[in-house]
Amino acid sequence: MSGANRIPGAGRLTPAKTARFFFDGKSYAALEGDTVASALLANGVHLVGRSFKYHRPRGIVSAGAEEPNALIGVERDAARKQPNVRATVQDVFDGMKVISQNRWPSLSFDVGAVNNLLAPFFAAGFYYKTFMWPKQAWKHVYEPQIRAAAGLGVSPTEDDTDHYSSRYAHCDVLVIGAGVAGLSAALAAAKTGARVIICDEQPEAGGALHYDKSVTIDGQDGFTWAQATAANLAKMDNVTVLPRTTAFGYYAQNFVGLNERVTEHLAKPDKKLPRERLWQVRAKRVIIATGAIERHMVFANNDRPGIMLASAARTFLNHFGVAVGKKVGVYTANDSAYEAAFDLKRAGITVAAIVDSREKPGEAVLAEARSLGIEVLAGHGVVDTGGKLRVSSMSVARNGGGSARKIAIDALLVSAGWTPSVHMFSQSRGKVAYDNETQRFLPGTYAQDCLSVGACNGTNDLQATIEESLAAGELMSNASGFTASEKLALQGVNAFSWTGGMAGAAEGAGADTTVKAFIDFQNDVCAKDIRLAVREGMHSIEHIKRFTTNGMATDQGKLSNIHGLAIAAETLGREIPKVGLTTFRAPYTPVTFGTLINHSRGELFDPTRKTPMHALEEAQGAVFEDVGQWKRAWYYPRAGEDMHQAVNRECKTVRDVAGIFDASTLGKIEVVGPDAAEFLNLIYTNSWDTLKPGRCRYGIMLREDGFVYDDGVVGRMAEDRFHVTTTTGGAARVMNHMEDYLQTEFPHLNVWLTSATEQWAVIAVQGPKAREIIAPLVEGIDLSNEAFPHMSVREGKICGVPTRLFRMSFTGETGFEVNVPADFGPAVWAAIYERAEALGACAYGTETMHVLRAEKGYIIVGQDTDGTVTPDDASLGWAVGKKKTDFVGIRGLRRPDLVADGRKQLVGLLTKDPNVVLEEGAQIVADPNQALPMTMIGHVTSAYWSENCGRSIALALVAGGKAKIGQTLYVPMPDKTIAVEVSDMVFFDKEGGRING
Amino acid sequence: MADLIEAATRTLPLSGFHGGSAAAVLSVATPATRISLRAKPDAVSALSGALGLSLPMKAKTSASLNGRHALWLGPDEWLVIDENEADLMAAVAVSNVLHSATDISHRNTAILVEGRGAEVAVNGGCPQDLSLAVFPVGACSRTVLAKAEIVLLRTAEDAFRVECWRSFAPYVSGLLAEAAEDAGN
Repeated sequence: MSGANRIPGAGRLTPAKTARFFFDGKSYAALEGDTVASALLANGVHLVGRSFKYHRPRGIVSAGAEEPNALIGVERDAARKQPNVRATVQDVFDGMKVISQNRWPSLSFDVGAVNNLLAPFFAAGFYYKTFMWPKQAWKHVYEPQIRAAAGLGVSPTEDDTDHYSSRYAHCDVLVIGAGVAGLSAALAAAKTGARVIICDEQPEAGGALHYDKSVTIDGQDGFTWAQATAANLAKMDNVTVLPRTTAFGYYAQNFVGLNERVTEHLAKPDKKLPRERLWQVRAKRVIIATGAIERHMVFANNDRPGIMLASAARTFLNHFGVAVGKKVGVYTANDSAYEAAFDLKRAGITVAAIVDSREKPGEAVLAEARSLGIEVLAGHGVVDTGGKLRVSSMSVARNGGGSARKIAIDALLVSAGWTPSVHMFSQSRGKVAYDNETQRFLPGTYAQDCLSVGACNGTNDLQATIEESLAAGELMSNASGFTASEKLALQGVNAFSWTGGMAGAAEGAGADTTVKAFIDFQNDVCAKDIRLAVREGMHSIEHIKRFTTNGMATDQGKLSNIHGLAIAAETLGREIPKVGLTTFRAPYTPVTFGTLINHSRGELFDPTRKTPMHALEEAQGAVFEDVGQWKRAWYYPRAGEDMHQAVNRECKTVRDVAGIFDASTLGKIEVVGPDAAEFLNLIYTNSWDTLKPGRCRYGIMLREDGFVYDDGVVGRMAEDRFHVTTTTGGAARVMNHMEDYLQTEFPHLNVWLTSATEQWAVIAVQGPKAREIIAPLVEGIDLSNEAFPHMSVREGKICGVPTRLFRMSFTGETGFEVNVPADFGPAVWAAIYERAEALGACAYGTETMHVLRAEKGYIIVGQDTDGTVTPDDASLGWAVGKKKTDFVGIRGLRRPDLVADGRKQLVGLLTKDPNVVLEEGAQIVADPNQALPMTMIGHVTSAYWSENCGRSIALALVAGGKAKIGQTLYVPMPDKTIAVEVSDMVFFDKEGGRING
Repeated sequence: MADLIEAATRTLPLSGFHGGSAAAVLSVATPATRISLRAKPDAVSALSGALGLSLPMKAKTSASLNGRHALWLGPDEWLVIDENEADLMAAVAVSNVLHSATDISHRNTAILVEGRGAEVAVNGGCPQDLSLAVFPVGACSRTVLAKAEIVLLRTAEDAFRVECWRSFAPYVSGLLAEAAEDAGN
């Protein structure tokens, strides 16, 4: 037996298929297809959690996604623990471990429940009032304490061992929801040949047919029809049926996010299966068929375990075969709850009474109640309930007062009416409109190509829903360019049409400020809290929401928002639409982070880019650093060396002998066309038409505002072809910058840009023996200083493969940069490395490159500049063509503040103590004795120990820096103040002779 | 000295890579020559003649002949691939019309996705509509695969060629491997 409350013959589960699971360590039996909620109820367990603020005992309120109360933890193993799962949507699987939350030491005895007694101190907004004083206490006492107490559930600390997947999909018609409306719409759309995706959050199609057993469609039992229809749809090539899939977000241009739960219901999922799959669907048209959610009644102590929505009790009975009690009461303002009572009564459950707040319930249901012998107390209200860990009685009184009659019950079914689920419609930026007659918000003005059908559109009648949905399916397919050959018709019959419904506080909620009549179960918000918020001056629903936290829990107020709004409106004496409705936001129900990031974990978190020579450098002992997405060889430590020793050795070796360096990550752009030189004239500050083929030039490009954007060496390969290099980090944006200007400002030029960054592997060979290293490997190029001077480029062969060989230097030494097609990079690197080693040279990394260039005062854009530095500030004024009449940034350079005195300028800094290395980013002051806060006149941009200079060196941006050369400035640090002398930017080989060696 | 030099050998990105699932088999394409070809409409016919195939003029279309493919990437831009490693730079040089050609043979590498789940596998990271009606055989597009730029070419109903820059190949192949696995589910 899978629980004492399972009624033989009732429900749709198979009695033979059982599963066992654990709730707080105790083993229970369940049936395959049970949710945790239905299985617990089958075993008579109503108490499943504690509320957030007051720690009140709480049970299962609903049978669906709207569940506010029954939040549980589900554990598969140490790594896979999911907190805050709604017991009403989690399938039971064999061996699953379920734990209750927000209680200590146990669910039935919870120390935190003392909060319930202290409730008067926890009125709405108490955070904002109670923790105001003393000021310091907020940071050190209140906030840490509140944070420790806050939050539901415990998140796992280990890495998630599950994996997640992602799929993009396109369709003509996306149908959200697979109840009567959604299935009808999908059927009509599918018949036209349109591509249809239909999704539903539940394990199987059916929607309201899960509980409404009275429905037949075309003479077939409604739920059976739904399964057959879904199966038929799934067989069609143009239809994708996605069960267990929630449409959680509706974004621009019919882009809808779906969350498919693939293995969450399986005991032993195939490891190949992703736990969840994110679908990102672009639909030409969307049909929203999301149904309606039943509201609870708001009255005193309406939160005891055993008090639940009438439709939920009906679902548990008709779908799961579970009776939620033996003697149930009903408190309603709506006809629909009567049908729950009828179904339970027919299943042999005692219905103590139907308490109806209306004087005149619907005649048809009233008559049926009488014929079934159920007592109906019209014009009455439940004014209180009894029971500790489960409801045991309801106190019923006539509306308007009088003595209460206490009726013993073990479950109480409530219904205040139905709230159309306009979440998706609202997320699509559609505007809802308030329907005064039925007191509900319905889709009003559409903002996207979508259509709401059925209960979410306010259509109550079954046949009307079917016809509206069939028409929508056809209409939306037509709009996507598909037509049906025949009209579809379906005949739906159900038992009763429903009348009634109310929003806000019922009779038993009391008018005062002490009654706990809950509207938001999860956040413990009562009717009185809304009233208090209004009294304290909150008049907008947005303020009331934040003051009371109504609707701010994980269920996002699916049950509570309309109640809160109605109570606020009543207290304010305004119409509901005048108070406003809070905005519906994604996600509709919680989505795991795993689904949202799907493949983007570990190696696939972000592309890791490696140069062609990476593996060789790794074998040569390189330590790598991240430069954007690139891995670059940082330094090559030898046995026993730390980073400083390795860098010192590399720096020394390059200047004394030579070094080789992987410069492949430098951005490269091939600029080709008869107007190439003219284009570069416009992009760079210097002139290019004077550059002869075979020669190179260092160029600077500015932004429109006159500040340095990027720099690099450009080689002219031919009259109409330039080989442009950019910084590593600037490669992509410089390409975009150039392309942007070419297309928008200079479209008249015959020139084209191609990124060639990855076409070439680049090996820099620098140092006095650079020529000697490469000479034996090169063919067809005269390497002599005369034939191939500094800043030249030649094409020829190296190691038998084509090369663009540059004579250039970022070290101040004689230097070459060997460019070869990337696949040849490793072999050429190996050949050069072999030569280099034999001659006493070494491989060096980015750190040495940085030190060597700083010794020469060569800047790095983005390190020594920060987007507010002009060429002149960086002592690069020589690179600005004085005779040029136009280039990007020329007008910016003339701005008054860019030519004003006192601008921050790049200078060198020499510490008075040569052994002290400054910290990059450290601030610079003129007077270290000035009172705080001192006037900061600049900061250190680069600072290194220079083994070649035998002292520390630094570059810095200093206000009026060039005029301060020779002066002493100060760098205040936490432990000491460092005196520095301002110098020029060149620290090594000031004459610059070595570069032409 | 030349005779002393041992000619450098090629090290291919993703050398030996294969994977995926029964539904979507992944492999690395053989080396090919590639150029980025840029030209205005009046040069197209001469360039087509030089290449021996008609440069496509419509968005998302390509032309293929004997292992040579010209993919439309923009109104004045084509990716030309020759699987037989013919010298494409030399081929277009004789066209005598205004154009720009840049050798990008080593910049790109290609991963082949083949099988009944190929479309689903590519859609694991590519947001485009890859249904046959919208993206038929021969369709191509410069697009994205999750966080990487790719050029996608449909070579058969159940086969795609995914071109990417060489340093993105481990990421692109890794993502495709996961998506190919899921395409079999």
